Amino acid sequence: MKNKTTFSAADVHHIAQLANIPVTEAEEKKLETELGFIIDLVNQLQEVDTTGVEPTHQVTGQINVFREDEVDEERMLVQEEALRNAKNTHDGYFVVDAIFEEE
Amino acid sequence: MLLDKTIAELAKGLRNKEFTSVDLIEECYQTINQVNPKINAFITLIKKPDVLKIALQRDAQRTSSSSPLHGLPFILKDTYNTKGILTSAASHVLNGHISQYNATVYQKLLDAGAILIGKMNMDAWGHGATNENTDYKPVKNPYDTSRVAGGSSGGNAAAIAARMAVFGIGEDTGGSIRNPASWNNITGLKVTYGRVSRYGCIAYASSFDTVGPMGKTVEDCALVLETIAGKDPYDATNSPHPVPPYFEELLNISSKDTVIGLPKECFSEGLDLEIKKSTEVAAKELESLGFRIKEISMPMLTYGLAVYYLIAPSETSSNLGRYDGIRYGLGREYFTPETRRRIMVGTYALSAGYYDAYYKKAQQGRTLFIKEYEKAFTQCDVLLMPVTPHPPTRLGKAVDDPMQNLLIDVYTVTQNPVGVPSLALPCGFTATGLPIGMQLVGKMFTESLLFQVGHAYQQVTDWHKRKPNLIEAA
Repeated sequence: MKNKTTFSAADVHHIAQLANIPVTEAEEKKLETELGFIIDLVNQLQEVDTTGVEPTHQVTGQINVFREDEVDEERMLVQEEALRNAKNTHDGYFVVDAIFEEE
Repeated sequence: MLLDKTIAELAKGLRNKEFTSVDLIEECYQTINQVNPKINAFITLIKKPDVLKIALQRDAQRTSSSSPLHGLPFILKDTYNTKGILTSAASHVLNGHISQYNATVYQKLLDAGAILIGKMNMDAWGHGATNENTDYKPVKNPYDTSRVAGGSSGGNAAAIAARMAVFGIGEDTGGSIRNPASWNNITGLKVTYGRVSRYGCIAYASSFDTVGPMGKTVEDCALVLETIAGKDPYDATNSPHPVPPYFEELLNISSKDTVIGLPKECFSEGLDLEIKKSTEVAAKELESLGFRIKEISMPMLTYGLAVYYLIAPSETSSNLGRYDGIRYGLGREYFTPETRRRIMVGTYALSAGYYDAYYKKAQQGRTLFIKEYEKAFTQCDVLLMPVTPHPPTRLGKAVDDPMQNLLIDVYTVTQNPVGVPSLALPCGFTATGLPIGMQLVGKMFTESLLFQVGHAYQQVTDWHKRKPNLIEAA
């Protein structure tokens, strides 16, 4: 079955970039069809008239849930614990990739 | 087997010293050693000597006022943080991730004296309906090991069916408790949104995610829910709604005053004929118990998958944005193809130029679902629906055809956007011996009513007592 919605290699590449997901060229090719199928499926919704319908974001029925602005020591991690799962640490800090490249 | 008993029976036996927690643990580990290699339900099995030590303590501590869950072995879907233990969400992205704190649901069960014996296989991040989207190899169905256990809480369901643990905690975003419950002949509850704290549960789609019990019977689920429900200051979406004594209330129902609605849209094209038949026979059984059965129409249900596969991927693309391999785990290149698709669909639906056409449209659709359910509940008190359109698929089938995979959730995706609770329970078997489940859906916070109807049904049927041949042979 052919999809009605089509994604080009460039589209897939762009979405992958926005999602920060590394994809190979072969994967990109597959995703062109797969994403098209899912978007075809969700496009059924376009048949539904939603004029004037308010969107629903959550169903808790609650508004403005507050708590005291106090430190909860039960939920604090000491530095050593906080860093324990990290692959790269330096002097008690997480090591992250550089965002700005050097000149 | 001791593990055939209900929680209430086990609690009584422990109190009367007919057997001990140590006996229960011994039996569980014996079954696990024999059966788990055939079905692959566990990601982490807690070391037996460590568990036995706790069981001995529990046996010594037990008093007449101990919780009914005291000393009982249980399992968690591997999506709950458990301090000092791997929490993987079945994804290599979380390789080596040792939790630094406890999820509230886990802490509540520890406080009740229950004993964690394992963390269970699942579809990675909750993304799937067959438990094949896992980096820990698929879970096999204990009723037919050439078939899937279902997902995403497949490890839980298979292990409970195979008597490896007394009960488990699953997580349901679009059917992840109910689908594997029905494919493994156990009972599972998707709670009202906010009924149980989500603190410490790895998020899939935050506005749909619910934490709920899985067990052999309705009354087991009632006892577990009583323990895990309630206000938690650590989860702002958690409800202050009072927690009723679900177990005590099990018999407080007048069947002749309760109307059960069958939405005709759920029984038409696309539903396996054996599942249709079993669900209709179950409706007749309920009718013979005095419940009033009424056919109703809910045309909006047709758009369930469309709304679900816009909102859930959108929320997951945001939730999974935090996994960068810096503070824990590995990098984003380790996401599976299924998870990549969901992240990318969500990213697309939320991106500039498409937001109104997709995400906003779906949120408006969500409002229409809420209205559709409100309308349905003016005509009946409880809805009866199938859980899945067909019995468990053969291993590999959904992997070969990932798009068909999405369609498995067709009957379970409309409750999560609305927030209403749904109880899945066994209602038959196919001619080839595969379990069939049905679901009872109610208004917000009517878990007690769902338990009452489900319990009444289980008092006169014995589907839920049928065990997989696999353990008979073991």
